[in-house]
Amino acid sequence: MSDRNRSFRLSRRQVVRGLLASSAFGLTAKLSTGCAQSPGTEGSAATDGSAPEELVVGFIYVGPKDDFGYNQAHAQGAAAMVANVPGIRLVEEASVPETTAVAEAMRSMIEIDGVKALFPTSFGYFDPHILAMAEEFPDVQFFHAGGLYQEGVHPKNICSYFGYIDEAQYVAGVVAAQMSPAGKLGFVAAKPIPQLLRNVNSFTLGARSVNPAATTQVIFTGDWSVPVKEAEATNSMADQGIEVITCHVDSPKVVMETAERRGVMTSGYHADQSPLAPKGYLTGAEWDWSSIYTALGKDFMAGKTLMAGDIPHVLRGGLADSFCKLSAYGPAVSDEAKAAGDAAIAGIKSGEIVIYQGPLKTNTGSEILPVDQQLKTDNVELEKMDYFVEGVIGSIS
Amino acid sequence: MATEALGWWGVPLGILAGTLRGSVPFLLVSLGECLTEKSGKINLGLEGTLLMGAMSAYAVSYLSSGIVGPTLAPWLGVLTAGAAGMGLGTIHGWLAQQPRVNDVAVGIAMIIFGGGLANFLGKPFIQPQAPQLPTLAAGGWSSLSQVQSALQISPLFLLGVAIVPLMSWFFKSTRWGLYVRAVGDSPDAALAMGISIFWVRMASIVAGSFLAGIGGASLSLFYPGVWTERISSGQGLMAVALVIFARWQPWQCLWASLLFGGAQALGPAFQSVGIDSYYYLFNAAPYILTLLIMVATCSPKRTLTGAPGALGQSD
Amino acid sequence: MALTTTWRRSLESVALPMGAVLSALIIFGVFCALVGANPLAVYASIYRAAFGSWSAWQNTLLRASPLMLTALCTALPARLGLVIIGNEGALVVGGLAAVLVGLALGSSLPGELVLLAMALGSLVAGGLWIVVAGALRHYRGVNETISSLLLNYVAIALMNHLVQGPLRDPAFVSKPSSFEIAPAAWLGNLPDTRVHWGLVYGLVASALAYILMQRTTFGFAARTAGGNVRAARIAGLPVGKLTLAVCFLAGSCAGLAGMVEVAAVQKRLNESIVSNYGYAGILVAFVARHNPLATVLVSVLLGGILASGGILQRSHNLPDATVMVFQGIVFLCVLYSESLYGRFKVFQEREIQAEGAAVAG
Repeated sequence: MSDRNRSFRLSRRQVVRGLLASSAFGLTAKLSTGCAQSPGTEGSAATDGSAPEELVVGFIYVGPKDDFGYNQAHAQGAAAMVANVPGIRLVEEASVPETTAVAEAMRSMIEIDGVKALFPTSFGYFDPHILAMAEEFPDVQFFHAGGLYQEGVHPKNICSYFGYIDEAQYVAGVVAAQMSPAGKLGFVAAKPIPQLLRNVNSFTLGARSVNPAATTQVIFTGDWSVPVKEAEATNSMADQGIEVITCHVDSPKVVMETAERRGVMTSGYHADQSPLAPKGYLTGAEWDWSSIYTALGKDFMAGKTLMAGDIPHVLRGGLADSFCKLSAYGPAVSDEAKAAGDAAIAGIKSGEIVIYQGPLKTNTGSEILPVDQQLKTDNVELEKMDYFVEGVIGSIS
Repeated sequence: MATEALGWWGVPLGILAGTLRGSVPFLLVSLGECLTEKSGKINLGLEGTLLMGAMSAYAVSYLSSGIVGPTLAPWLGVLTAGAAGMGLGTIHGWLAQQPRVNDVAVGIAMIIFGGGLANFLGKPFIQPQAPQLPTLAAGGWSSLSQVQSALQISPLFLLGVAIVPLMSWFFKSTRWGLYVRAVGDSPDAALAMGISIFWVRMASIVAGSFLAGIGGASLSLFYPGVWTERISSGQGLMAVALVIFARWQPWQCLWASLLFGGAQALGPAFQSVGIDSYYYLFNAAPYILTLLIMVATCSPKRTLTGAPGALGQSD
Repeated sequence: MALTTTWRRSLESVALPMGAVLSALIIFGVFCALVGANPLAVYASIYRAAFGSWSAWQNTLLRASPLMLTALCTALPARLGLVIIGNEGALVVGGLAAVLVGLALGSSLPGELVLLAMALGSLVAGGLWIVVAGALRHYRGVNETISSLLLNYVAIALMNHLVQGPLRDPAFVSKPSSFEIAPAAWLGNLPDTRVHWGLVYGLVASALAYILMQRTTFGFAARTAGGNVRAARIAGLPVGKLTLAVCFLAGSCAGLAGMVEVAAVQKRLNESIVSNYGYAGILVAFVARHNPLATVLVSVLLGGILASGGILQRSHNLPDATVMVFQGIVFLCVLYSESLYGRFKVFQEREIQAEGAAVAG
């Protein structure tokens, strides 16, 4: 807030200049009707493709970018990109719903701000909005978190990137099961989409690698951000004697604080929430967007593009590629659990541990994988997940 | 940690706990709106007031805890929330009483304005932790930690419950209560009695907004105890609607608020014991229930008893 | 003389809202200055993003078109004295019906016919949804404001339940959604624009609503009943039938907005259809004093404000909530301006003279 108050006092000269500038602008805008790239009062955009000295990158978030959750993780990554790569200018728009509003936001970033690379970060932006815009603006690169790029079907200027954060959830499950004598874990979930189901399943499989009898109770709140329901879900889990709670909602703060108050251990999500639960915080699955965004920023400045094929259309990575990481262990975590967690991290990084390893059954008893078959982390089958594995208590519909 | 699984007992306990925790904002907002509507004006803007109250309470509790200490800070937050509510109430009270200006419309505009202002000013307070209001442990007699936690009662809940008979008495037996009712029922008669309609309504709206602001404080400083932009998710609007459901009677506001607070816990409580289908419909249960109760109890033969005569009339 | 008076009256009804928007801009400018943004640059940006070019105009119109339809859901019953705020629910139910019809017909019929059937389905479903509120009001005395509000939550829960279970397309991974409707049945854009046909739907519906309410006996009867129910009953007007008919028309407008969202924007049904068009429509209706032609203008104004929301964040580093504050200030000012009719001499002088002349004559 402090910096906003800084330039409150306007000198007379500033006012006069502002008046002149805006009236001149008004005139030009009126004269050049239909031309979107009229001179703006702020830094003019790079309009032609010749080796950019400044490249404008646009980020779009579905919620407030300071939600202490999903959107904030992306916004911090974006800030890191600007800080680490000279020559990149960032424009951001938050709280953009998944309607025509996001198409218009993308268009106006391209037309008014001269954005050359767009990062619309919400899952729901992809189909139909990003697909349509990418078709219309073939020289703008679209990077989408979570979508599934299909070669030959989707336009060439689209990249879908995402972190295999379920690897971190697997490790969190290992730690949680180590710390939970009864093996009763809980998961506060928003909506049953594949990304979320995968987190639940990996968390459970991690736990069951330690304690084969461990279970994960899932409660769906029905929406990405409903604080009262999230608190109620956490409370009812505490009432049922659940010992470790984690979540996949937009902002995990409520879940963490409520669980801490109830004396239940927690495992975080999206970002490091250890200050919220100083006693019960075990570890957490965190995004690490800064490394990938910085790498992409460097690619942009080196003149690489999706269209030329210099940047791959599907970017995925887990713990090994530092797309995600684990929070530092909390004070409650025993040395044994720490060792098990570290071993799991090492195993996943080296590829020794494959999370989805047969025999594997759903919690309704049907077979997912027979003995000695496996689905490696980068298998796209896992991105279409529509089941809970054995050990999860809950159902999808 | 003696946490035994409660099994099916978790459902009624969860609902009881949800009732005690979740009903506070409904109670305070609906009491505030009850007072406002008795004077003949509707304030739909209490949704915005709730947000503004939640934000300002949290912000002040956080900012002042270093100066006045963590015991006093949340109470300072509660007062600020009330004051912020009064500020918004003053705008509404003045604007909604201008000739030809519709109070429902002003209310909706105030939802946007109050909510926007709260979100705008609240950005820096989403992440930090503010000191919370203390709670009264009424479950000390039980050895079950679940019961103990369910019976954590907020002083704001007690405040709300205490206001109920007071407000009832105020309407029935005090001169000022008579003024409010007269202004709400027949402004002409009130005018003839020499009462200033403008000031009585203004006072009722401002006082109602004060309570709604405190309702917001209960969201951010008691339950769920955070400030986020989605903290109210329509609770203020629903609380305003509850007043009609409660027929403008403080006691009925209490029952209606308890019903809604408890019903919020239905979905999660059922899922925690394994009933995990249809949770959207369970989450919609309070709304369906209210609708059914209204269908059953209303009658086309008589107008709503207790409805202030001037409500919804343009002046 | 009479002509000049009418002229001055219309000048007043144009000047007052304009003045209100101007004062709102000034207040918002002060607000911007307080938080450290240059108000003049902010004005320039708002103008540029909302009305500054044909592209900006399309953005504004695109955002305005669903509001025109949802606003009618409040505006029409208001003429009967009913305060209906079930716009969001009717929109969702309309979208649900459109998807069900669209998926059921698939590509068995030509696209235009499927679209027609989807539109009819949404009109009927949205209409019936609000008829519930109207019928409960008329036959059971249930307050229509609260029942229509409750119905919003029920409709959204129903939609969420269906797209997560029975209607779900398992291949669509980003959110629980229904299957996609056939591309032949997508609602396209107006020629040479990116504004979909929903805008035309909105304009036509508003014009029809205006004619129905102001120029027909049905509209006259509805307005009479809205003015005084008892008098209307004595006059032999079928108040019950009027209530149900008006509620049906109101709901069908919002339902059609849902169909447009499905057929032109989302192509399938999911939670994105719930994006505040309904609640914004209530505000539009009230600000427009429930006049179906004025709702068009107010929708465009709100569309412009929403269209400018992005640039405030991008070019001026203002947080996302700024546009809400701006919106709130504009509507509070416009609402206040209504109390100023008849208070300014400029618009009155001749009238007084005319009256004086009449008295003298």
